[in-house]
Amino acid sequence: MKSRALRRAATVAAVASTAALVLAGCAGSSDGGSSADGGDITLTVATFNDFGYTDALLQKYMDENPGVTVVQNKAATSNDARANYFQKLGKTGLADVEAIEVDWLPEVMEYSDLLAPVPTDLTDRWLDWKVEAATDADGNLIGYGTDIGPEGVCYRSDLFEAAGLPTDRDEVAAMLEGDWSTYFEAGDEYVAATGKAFFDSAGGTYQGMVNQLPAAYEDPDTGDITATTNTEVEDIYNQVLDASATQSAHLGQWSDDWMAGLSNGAFATMLCPGWMLGVISGNAADTTGWDIANVFPGGGGNWGGSYLTVPANGEHVEAAQKLADWLTAPEQQIAAFDEAGTFPSQNEALTDSTLLDATNEYFNNAPVGQILTDRANAVTVAPFKGAFYFQINDAMQKALTRVEDGTQDAQQSWDQWVSEVDALQ
Amino acid sequence: MNPPEVAKPTPPAPKKPRRVGFGPRLSRWDFKFSPYLYISPFFILFFIVGLFPIAFTAVISFMDWDLVRNTGTFIGFDQYAYVLSNPKFWIALRNTFSIFLISSVPQLIFAIFIAAILDQNIRAKTFWRMGVLLPYVMAPVAVALIFSNMFGDQYGIVNTTLQNLGLPAVPWHSNAFASHIAIATMVNFRWTGYNTLILLAAMQAIPRDYYEAATVDGAGKVRQFFSITVPSLRPTLIFVIITSTIGGLQIFDEPRMYDQYGTGGANYQWLTITLWLYDIGWGEWNFGRAAALAWILFIIILAIGVINLFVTQGLVRNEGGRTAMTRAQRRTAARLAKRDVAATKSNKHQTEEAGS
Repeated sequence: MKSRALRRAATVAAVASTAALVLAGCAGSSDGGSSADGGDITLTVATFNDFGYTDALLQKYMDENPGVTVVQNKAATSNDARANYFQKLGKTGLADVEAIEVDWLPEVMEYSDLLAPVPTDLTDRWLDWKVEAATDADGNLIGYGTDIGPEGVCYRSDLFEAAGLPTDRDEVAAMLEGDWSTYFEAGDEYVAATGKAFFDSAGGTYQGMVNQLPAAYEDPDTGDITATTNTEVEDIYNQVLDASATQSAHLGQWSDDWMAGLSNGAFATMLCPGWMLGVISGNAADTTGWDIANVFPGGGGNWGGSYLTVPANGEHVEAAQKLADWLTAPEQQIAAFDEAGTFPSQNEALTDSTLLDATNEYFNNAPVGQILTDRANAVTVAPFKGAFYFQINDAMQKALTRVEDGTQDAQQSWDQWVSEVDALQ
Repeated sequence: MNPPEVAKPTPPAPKKPRRVGFGPRLSRWDFKFSPYLYISPFFILFFIVGLFPIAFTAVISFMDWDLVRNTGTFIGFDQYAYVLSNPKFWIALRNTFSIFLISSVPQLIFAIFIAAILDQNIRAKTFWRMGVLLPYVMAPVAVALIFSNMFGDQYGIVNTTLQNLGLPAVPWHSNAFASHIAIATMVNFRWTGYNTLILLAAMQAIPRDYYEAATVDGAGKVRQFFSITVPSLRPTLIFVIITSTIGGLQIFDEPRMYDQYGTGGANYQWLTITLWLYDIGWGEWNFGRAAALAWILFIIILAIGVINLFVTQGLVRNEGGRTAMTRAQRRTAARLAKRDVAATKSNKHQTEEAGS
């Protein structure tokens, strides 16, 4: 391990110094975009968590493109990557290809002029809404879509059985088919039968609902904050809190209690993007009974996902674009799905048989590939997220938590949220 | 100023004797300036890496600053007005002081008692003395992770235990005071041992004669502790109080790790000033506002420091002048004492001479 790292460092150093010498020797050469005439170059790819880019995958690219060395830097969390990204964007120090997450895409879009756009002939490779979200006001697409988070409903079949509800995933899907009131009615039934909570938290459920609104908090044309006067938001807020009073386990997502709740049956269902499957199976490894239904209340929903971007002031912009293009091509997206479960965002990849045939043993051998593909195709709305989206949404999550933990009632909490949003501008 | 000297042929100077060491002037300079030269590397480094960022922070606190493009527009005191008019600031201030008080006060009391026990004649002294420092070695983030797990609202070990004992569960994450206690517990766990060792060192410096005399006079251990140990610790206590004040006002790791979001709770129950500062800077990318808050925090710490200074001076003066004498009386007393000493010395001298 150590020796490999050392060797890699030595290679990088050697290549870098060679490149420097070459560049110094022939001033005015091109930016080294094509390896044919520019000599050997090193491309860096910065990712976080697990993108499924294995050494073998990168080696494949290096074999196909002689003269190019690809080095991957992995940040531990997307927060680390985010801090690093904004500290160095527009200056020096970013990798040639930088991964970003949709959570901070709105912030990135403010600086879209500092990124090299995706060549226009590639833009129809991805799902429409994936492209739309990363297209700036000038019509430039600035991110190469990697994965997406199509949402289904995860449920505990053993708890459903105890409550007298259907346990088969198709029957569950049929039962939950419809809008959110159908989902909450099923919740009432479950609560009446068992006296236990139906879903994990108001916050997680709200997130699934608000992601179906085309413009929840801000006016897409002017960027003005409309959150506090948007009746759709208020309706969702009231609907989810009404249900939460009896049906929620009041366990904030990612809290220690929530992690415990995944395995101890504190709640029976949860909204489930593809990447959540790994979270559940990882935190509740000894629990049997988790399953996933091919349904999502109120139509499709997407939660999360990432892009690759190419900083415009990099040294090898053209070569980096080529690499980002290759990494987000269907074959590589499928390979990444196999490796890390990141669900592909390419139209072509979504029809690939490897993907469609994928099953998940932990989830009672559910055909997750097929289910998530259906869920991805059901997504019709690309929610508009402007500059203030995350601050407003964060304040909203806090408002929901205040009601759930009994600090305030729904009206007080809403009023406080309104005053916090008003203070943002 | 002398007029510039005109060049003239210099007569061959008589050979001076070679001297070892500096001339009188040089050695005077050496004496005067060398100490400053020796400590200057620290200050030079501080001016470069410390003072510049502080000044730069002051500059961007008056601007609407864009970190990515490294530009900003001057907007005067708007950022300060925003911070001071935001209710979150006052909540954060309240929380910071609340956590500081309920961590520092019990911490110091415990530290003094543990130090007093360690000061006794016990077996394996070094083992116990180093033992109290063990929690300090742990990384604050690790401590916070373990404790925040213990203080889980529903499945945490603390609440489970309370419920097993038939007591009601404490809402550790929704009640502000409960969350402060939980966070203060983490702080106390980590810092009590550190303060114990400092106080122990001070206790060891108390002359044992005092205790012997007190024992002869018939004072018990408790009386000795309150009448000898505690008063003698005063200067050290002042140091410990000042350092824990600065640390307490900058508390960050523990509240940050207390829940999964690290933004101080749904109703800002445990939002502290540095936590909010971090969130404005690295969460909202509003560095102008963050800089303004940083300066406000600086001014608060400065104010507390000045208050500390006055209290300290009061205490120290109090110690020096236990018998309420006027200045003239003190002078007279000092003169008398000096004469006594001189008299004793000469007496001693005489007796020694007589003896030889």
